[in-house]
Amino acid sequence: MQVSADDLLVLEGLSKRYPTGDRALRDVSLRLPAGQVTMLIGPSGAGKSTLIRCVNRLVEPTAGRVLLRGEDVARLPASGLRRARRRMGMIFQEYALVERLTVMENVLSGRLGYLDFWRSTLRRYPADDIAAAFALLERVGLGGFADKRADALSGGQRQRVGIARALIQSPEILLVDEPTASLDPKTSRQIMRLICELCAEKGLAAIVNIHDVALAKMFAQRIVGLRAGEIVFDGPPADLGPDILTRIYGEEDWTAARETDEDDADERPEDPLRLAEARA
Amino acid sequence: MTAVPVWRKRNRREALTVWLGWIAGILLFAWSWKAVSDATMWVFVADAHIQAADMLSRMVPPRWSYMERLWRPLWDTLNIATLGTLLGLAIAVPVAFLAARNTTPSRAFARPLALLIIVSSRSINSLIWAMLLVTVLGPGMLAGIVAIALRSIGFIGKLLYEAIEEIDPTQVEAIQATGASRLQVLTHAIAPQVMPALAGISVYRWDINIRESTVLGLVGAGGIGLQLMASVNVLAWPQVTMIFIAILATVVASEWLSAKVRHAII
Repeated sequence: MQVSADDLLVLEGLSKRYPTGDRALRDVSLRLPAGQVTMLIGPSGAGKSTLIRCVNRLVEPTAGRVLLRGEDVARLPASGLRRARRRMGMIFQEYALVERLTVMENVLSGRLGYLDFWRSTLRRYPADDIAAAFALLERVGLGGFADKRADALSGGQRQRVGIARALIQSPEILLVDEPTASLDPKTSRQIMRLICELCAEKGLAAIVNIHDVALAKMFAQRIVGLRAGEIVFDGPPADLGPDILTRIYGEEDWTAARETDEDDADERPEDPLRLAEARA
Repeated sequence: MTAVPVWRKRNRREALTVWLGWIAGILLFAWSWKAVSDATMWVFVADAHIQAADMLSRMVPPRWSYMERLWRPLWDTLNIATLGTLLGLAIAVPVAFLAARNTTPSRAFARPLALLIIVSSRSINSLIWAMLLVTVLGPGMLAGIVAIALRSIGFIGKLLYEAIEEIDPTQVEAIQATGASRLQVLTHAIAPQVMPALAGISVYRWDINIRESTVLGLVGAGGIGLQLMASVNVLAWPQVTMIFIAILATVVASEWLSAKVRHAII
């Protein structure tokens, strides 16, 4: 594959075979330009989480290359990997906040890759980081929550902390793993909207794993369909018709699902967060 | 007519095995009972209630004035327990991190070694540790402190490494994903998750150690056990009662304190 200058992330022949013998990814190739939000859809077990985790090597790929601005992350030694991970913010399904720490400590832990051990252990974060953390908390709608403990927050609030933690890394790309799977429909939309707005504001690219096709169509610039570890669709959300969904997920009456999509679309302006932001 | 479906938890063979198991268990119990009975001199047991009543009558009233000579050994006992727990903790924490599957640097070498340390510490009672240490270090508090510490390593180490293995791995992944180093993952993702367990385990062990250190004096390793031994040897039963009361009060106080501390931390 030819790597061009404006490609932020290029996956080449990425494969993962787990020790159990499961082939989660088979020869996946994908190129993501800077600033593009790509949603990854597919049935459970299609390899969506594995793909995202192979990018920052929480899962080691068995074969293939992961080129971040031309540098192969899959071949980096430990210190290089740490530097590469700083440039990739990750957001998790179950938020993955350190529950017993405060909101502020959770957000600041996004800076660990930039700090030496003693500074981080003594919690002596640079003043710039602290200012950035306060600004981000304000931006994600959690001003005044800095000293609350993470386990005292609701699901939506926790995910906002997770977003702030990813963004304080000053990443170039967000890796987002099922950000809304544990949230109610309304909070899901607010969270997806927030992620997409922040990507646009900061010019970030994102790969977002998502189960909810309607939500994906609503927010994605590009949709990639994964089935049994292989890419079976790659195109704009508008192309995602019933036949494509059948190719990704298998046979099902997709017209019924489409009607609810349109109902969903009508509700959008009522979203309280959007109204709040419009007032602000 | 349709046949009524039959479902049993066990088939004939399994049911028979379970019954045979029960019968074998009962036979074993009956045989053991007989062995114990044959080895007991029932003549002595027959007047046990008279003996007990006699001893009790000698034990009351306690010799309250003896208390003034107990403060110092009681203080020593507390110190043995506390310092022993702290020393044990200092060694047990690194051992636990070496033993836990998800934090050990090497499963082939470090983990078995750490498990060996834990098992050997656990398999020997502190009184036996104390006996050995009195021979090595000479009688006194130091032997007691080290004995308590050696016994605590296994207890704290085992419970702590189990707590470490049960942490939520996604919180660890999240910190790794920020580009944190191994040590930073330890201090920012693993430590916060095991802190409550560590605090609870340490306070619990301190509580046990207070009870254990009251008997260390029996083998010369310092503390109130020495007075107990001396009083029993000269048949000074009212003093023995006084010592029991002092120990009971200390244990109750320590349990109250540890419950408070655990409640405050968790």
